[in-house]
Amino acid sequence: MSERELKRRSPASKQTNEDAAGAQSAPAAPQATSAAKQGEKIKADLDNLLDEIDEVLEDNAEEFVRSYVQKGGE
Amino acid sequence: MAIPKICGIETEYGIRILPPGEYSPVSLSSLLVSSYVSEIQRQVDWDFEDESPGNDARGFSLESTMAPSVEPHLLNAVLVNGSRYYVDHAHPELSTPECATALELVRYDKAGEEILRRSMAAANRLLPEGASVVVYKNNSDGKGNSYGCHENYLMDRSTPFGQIVQNIVPHFVSRQVFTGAGKVGSEARVIDPGDDRALYQISQRADFFEELVGLETTLKRPIVNTRDEPHADPQRYRRLHVIVGDANLSEVATYLKVATTSIVLAMIEDGFFAECDMSLENPVQAMHEVSHDLGLRACLRLADGRTTTALGLQWDLLALAKKYGVERGLDCIGGEESGAHALARWETVLEALEQDPSSLSHQLDWVAKLELLKGYKDRNGLSWQDRRLWALDLQYHDLRPERSLFARLGMERLTSDEGVEAAVMYPPEDTRAWFRGTCLSRWPAQVVAANWDSLVFDLGSDPLRRVPMMDPLKGTAAQLGSLMRQASTPAELLRLLSS
Repeated sequence: MSERELKRRSPASKQTNEDAAGAQSAPAAPQATSAAKQGEKIKADLDNLLDEIDEVLEDNAEEFVRSYVQKGGE
Repeated sequence: MAIPKICGIETEYGIRILPPGEYSPVSLSSLLVSSYVSEIQRQVDWDFEDESPGNDARGFSLESTMAPSVEPHLLNAVLVNGSRYYVDHAHPELSTPECATALELVRYDKAGEEILRRSMAAANRLLPEGASVVVYKNNSDGKGNSYGCHENYLMDRSTPFGQIVQNIVPHFVSRQVFTGAGKVGSEARVIDPGDDRALYQISQRADFFEELVGLETTLKRPIVNTRDEPHADPQRYRRLHVIVGDANLSEVATYLKVATTSIVLAMIEDGFFAECDMSLENPVQAMHEVSHDLGLRACLRLADGRTTTALGLQWDLLALAKKYGVERGLDCIGGEESGAHALARWETVLEALEQDPSSLSHQLDWVAKLELLKGYKDRNGLSWQDRRLWALDLQYHDLRPERSLFARLGMERLTSDEGVEAAVMYPPEDTRAWFRGTCLSRWPAQVVAANWDSLVFDLGSDPLRRVPMMDPLKGTAAQLGSLMRQASTPAELLRLLSS
């Protein structure tokens, strides 16, 4: 697969890909601001997920964890 | 000069039946493999002729009961994308085809997940109404049972095995800081259960490593596994079998895991560590300490008396890799562009880990899971012992799209949906996997058996014809594409190949 197939989905990935692509000489201040915005966005996304997580969480966590046993392998 | 770091990943998946308790794990695993194979493609049997997992890289063959066993009676199939899909003990296991770069391997690792998802759907159509099978991509049940995610790297046979051991161990211990998939609790007796460090750790697997070097994979696991089964010309090649890693859902983590290990192995082949010994005083203990050190500041003692940290080791390895890139080039990991991309990502991730690991919550599994769990824990006022947090941990790895917590986190992608879909159906073009997958796809009835290093054709009247593929670098689309287009039958292909 070639590099051009890289997908930039989330804002987080965009930021990081740009960094990785060689934006090391970029001024520090805008990066800091963008990092702060990034942090807020990540926090907001996590809050949204936490709002709905009980709906997808296994009904009986105690029983689920207890019965998850995996013997054998490798 | 280091040889190309052809690589692959074998993943054993965790499984569960709903409602619990009606099927054995072996029959459930068989159901997953067989329903995928019968629904999606006709089965081609795996050929066990060259399997010898008891051979030891240290130069002897272990034929005792402790040697890993091959179970030919269990279901085994080779898929049109060049991968092997089978039942290993009590788990479904998928080995990706041989890939030429880390980024390509990420795509095939993700295709493996997709194959397991389709297997779940196919199996559920065969199960009684109300019953379903669930697949998890993780490495531990939290009760002391671990199952593996093994990497394989092509190496030059002439590199002494002792040199590999000495120089790869510091990387295996310290790379956890980006390869860890995260885990609630601790299954190692080295950490007191009352210790705060036992609440959440970086790696799923670290708890299970008790030795430095050895052949075992199921007990007394070694940091460096000595299985010597090259699946290629044994005079020229070695396949380094790496059992120390976590199964990653994060594409960035898989990418870095494979890319950094490939570079370090290339440096070992080229004698680049000659004046740079990073040997740890106690690697096994360091393995556990790094995994339990969320602050990434734990002090590790080197054999020569110096002290460092996991990040310190990674920075040293990165500095050496940059020097290596300048002096020797990075052809062996896919060329300059691919190498530069790997080095740049390695550096930005180390920087972020040093400054604020939580900033990597869209890139690394252990960070993403930790942030999610901490958020849930704080919001609901829970302790780390609360089973809901343990359930969230397991559910992070659930492959069902509607239940997967990983899928909801919007993690960074390095692949595209189209690229992964193509990797389910077609083999990589630049290794021998292309020949394997293409032949299987074109002539499923005539390819009667397949292995990593051979294909067996049934041409009708003649005896079966075995085509050896002893070089993982040969059999690519570039080498055989026009020949393959010329041939309209397998008999013609074999004639063209031998002319």
